[in-house]
Amino acid sequence: MEFVLLIFLPVIFALFVPLAYKRIKGIHTGWFVLLVPLVLFGYYAGFLPLVMDGGHAISELQWIPSLGIVFTSYIDGLSLLFTLLITGIGSLVVLYSVFYMDSKKENLGSFYVYLLIFMTAMLGVVQSDNTMTLYLFWELTSISSFLLIGFWYTKDKSRFGALKSMMITVFGGLMMLGGFILLNIMGGTFSIRELIAQAPELANQPYFMLALVLILLGAFTKSAQFPFYIWLPDAMEAPTPVSAYLHSATMVKAGIYLVARFTPIFGSSSVWIWLVTGIGLLTLFWGSFFAVKQTDLKAILAFSTVSQLGLIMSLLGAGAISYHTTAAIFSFATYAAIFHLINHATFKGGLFMIAGIIDHETGTRDIRKLGGLMSIMPISFTVALIGSLSMAGLPPFNGFLSKEMFLESMAALQHFELYNFDTWGILFPIVAWIASVFTFTYSLYFVLKTFIGQKKFEQLPKQPHEAPIGMLAAPMILASLVIIIFFIPNLVGKWIIKPAVMAVQPTLYASPSAVDIHVKAWHGFGSVGLWLTVGVIVFGTLLYLTIPKWQPFYRIQPDRLSLNAGYDALMRGSERGMNRVSRLYMTGKIRTYLLYMFAFLSVSIIAVLFIKDAFIVDMNSFAAITLYGVLNGLVLLLSVGFVVFAKSRLAAIIALGGVGYSVALFFVIFKAPDLALTQLVIETVSVALFLLAFKHLPALQTHGETASHKVVNLIVSLSVGVMVTLVALSSHSQKLIPSISQYYKDTVATEAGGGNIVNVILVDYRGFDTLFEIAVLAIAGIAVLGMIRLRVSRKEPTDENK
Amino acid sequence: MEFILSILIGVLFTAAVYLILSRSLLKVILGTGLLSHGAHLLILTMGGLGGSAPPVLIDGITDFADPLPQALILTAIVISFGVTAVILVMAYRMYAVHQTDNMNELRGNDEHD
Repeated sequence: MEFVLLIFLPVIFALFVPLAYKRIKGIHTGWFVLLVPLVLFGYYAGFLPLVMDGGHAISELQWIPSLGIVFTSYIDGLSLLFTLLITGIGSLVVLYSVFYMDSKKENLGSFYVYLLIFMTAMLGVVQSDNTMTLYLFWELTSISSFLLIGFWYTKDKSRFGALKSMMITVFGGLMMLGGFILLNIMGGTFSIRELIAQAPELANQPYFMLALVLILLGAFTKSAQFPFYIWLPDAMEAPTPVSAYLHSATMVKAGIYLVARFTPIFGSSSVWIWLVTGIGLLTLFWGSFFAVKQTDLKAILAFSTVSQLGLIMSLLGAGAISYHTTAAIFSFATYAAIFHLINHATFKGGLFMIAGIIDHETGTRDIRKLGGLMSIMPISFTVALIGSLSMAGLPPFNGFLSKEMFLESMAALQHFELYNFDTWGILFPIVAWIASVFTFTYSLYFVLKTFIGQKKFEQLPKQPHEAPIGMLAAPMILASLVIIIFFIPNLVGKWIIKPAVMAVQPTLYASPSAVDIHVKAWHGFGSVGLWLTVGVIVFGTLLYLTIPKWQPFYRIQPDRLSLNAGYDALMRGSERGMNRVSRLYMTGKIRTYLLYMFAFLSVSIIAVLFIKDAFIVDMNSFAAITLYGVLNGLVLLLSVGFVVFAKSRLAAIIALGGVGYSVALFFVIFKAPDLALTQLVIETVSVALFLLAFKHLPALQTHGETASHKVVNLIVSLSVGVMVTLVALSSHSQKLIPSISQYYKDTVATEAGGGNIVNVILVDYRGFDTLFEIAVLAIAGIAVLGMIRLRVSRKEPTDENK
Repeated sequence: MEFILSILIGVLFTAAVYLILSRSLLKVILGTGLLSHGAHLLILTMGGLGGSAPPVLIDGITDFADPLPQALILTAIVISFGVTAVILVMAYRMYAVHQTDNMNELRGNDEHD
């Protein structure tokens, strides 16, 4: 079987969800949906032995073969790890949502359709080997995330959060697309594997740095790195299963995946190491620092997610150093990143579910109203405590192992003697350590303020009680994983992490078993990590105990200087600015638009004439000047002057007639009898028509035109006149090919049997022109008749205009 | 001769554009009239003003004026006449309905802004 089709299994299943939702009322729709991630998880788990031996599997489905765009399912260590996360946590989230989402109150049909679309999109992102399909699925995750955040679309905050996340992630997605296209230009292929094979040549290409920055922008916006993290806290308006799934375990890790996947291509660049490590650490610190400020349970978790993503990101950056040095500690960093990624998915998913349970059972997520829930919700408390302590980095939980590895990697950075790391490197462990202290503090803050302390049940909207066991099942499974992984880290390492590390750094290892790392909980008293952890616990506890004293300091930062205010100002400002700009030039007055057109036309044509040296006057090709011609020219000039400067409309009309008759005289002088005839007749009729119509029109008025208006008009009209004269002179002087008219002159008698060449051209050689000219006249006649006869009274303003 | 005609055409275009840019509806229509005259003369001039006889076959004469521009202008004259007629009636109706010939006041509905 082509297992690439499995990517589309969720979205195909989604087609039947509304049917099940409408027809089968008795059973919660989630139970049917649960089948999909379970089946996928089981199937993909079957790849574990293959990947463990360093192998990979690939399955392709041609989409646009002429452009080299293929749907691929490429399973190696890294994509298998993410696939298992997506399907595994996906199953638990669906199970949780069965109990969380009320089948009577919520529109479950849409909910599960969006969720399944998201699942397909996410599987596509992590399994695509083709950058174009990777981008396709990437944007599909943005769209389905938008739909899920705005699920309760009647709430303003949901719509705001959905729009914000959409704007930011789609911005990053587009940047990433630019990076992919540059990679294609440089490497000539969309396939990531083939690009990785060319990595050394790519590094010398001119677009290399631009592609690097663009792709990192995509990863940073998706993974909520500084300063793009601002969409994540607002995305907490989504239903809690969505927050647990998308905004902690899977979608926000798409950026991490991207960085890990492209490390073999860009990792050798110092910009990559500095940006990924630096931004990651900054995000880690920023997120952990502001998490303690939050009062909403989900907001605390959102900031904590931001900070943990920063941690993983900085480890990936440090891991890329292993391209420059053989020190084992840096390949150790990649291992730590992937290990922490798994750990974070387990404990953060569980914590989100607990936050949802608290919300569900007490009616509020405000930490100031909660307290003392321990005795009432013992199971939730246990799960929350396990998750929080793992997040804080305490034994015996998996967070301890990865946090200790993180601190050791950061401490090692200062010994790296390239790219100024030996001068600035000392900052890395310091920032990392301070951030870890804050992490410890907010972990305690989250769990203790909620479950311990004063009971304030009278403030709660609902009387609290323990959640049903079905709702607790998923977080309990995750919490037990947290503990299990602590005790068997090397088994997880052998099965999942080492193949993934090999995928991130394929040139360094021959097979997963060559990754020489053995995780231990106890490194002896000599290890740096141990003492750093002890420091974290001591200072973190101190900070937690003194929270009431220093939390008010957060208020020093004014709201209008925050990043959110910056985003709002940008959105509002661009809307207003664009509005102002378009109002500036779209005045609604026809004169303004005509000025633009005439000025542009004359200036551009005159400029082209002189830039291209096209202005040439060849007097030899001109016909001789005749007396009649000059006299008639003077008459024409005079009449034009009268038309322009006439004070009464009658004078203007007669002067216009004068222009027409002198044009007719020119036709006589230049041997065009038919034209002269037509011009005389038409001019007469026109003047009559003008007189007829002007009888009903008001006298000539200036309508308060100012002198400056007139000067501008004069300048523009003069430039148009000059332009026409120059074009006429130079085009007449440079005829490149002879006229076709000789053919008409030669054949008019023999082919058409006529003597008047103009008339024969009109009805024989070019009869079609004449046919449609007649049509124009007929339409004009009908229009005139219609406008005179139809008496449609002005309608009252309709509702649309109100 | 072409030199003089080119300048005359330039003057016609200048006058036409100047009138079209004014605020009075009547002047705009007068301007379009001048513009079409200028265009017709331009076509004629570009075809070349040489030629000693009208383009009608008469034995013994070969130096005709160029017939093709003349045919084009004939078509253009008729079409511009049709358009002028429509514009005139339109101006008449506009004045009848809106009671103004000030182009600045003919700006559509503010509701559509």
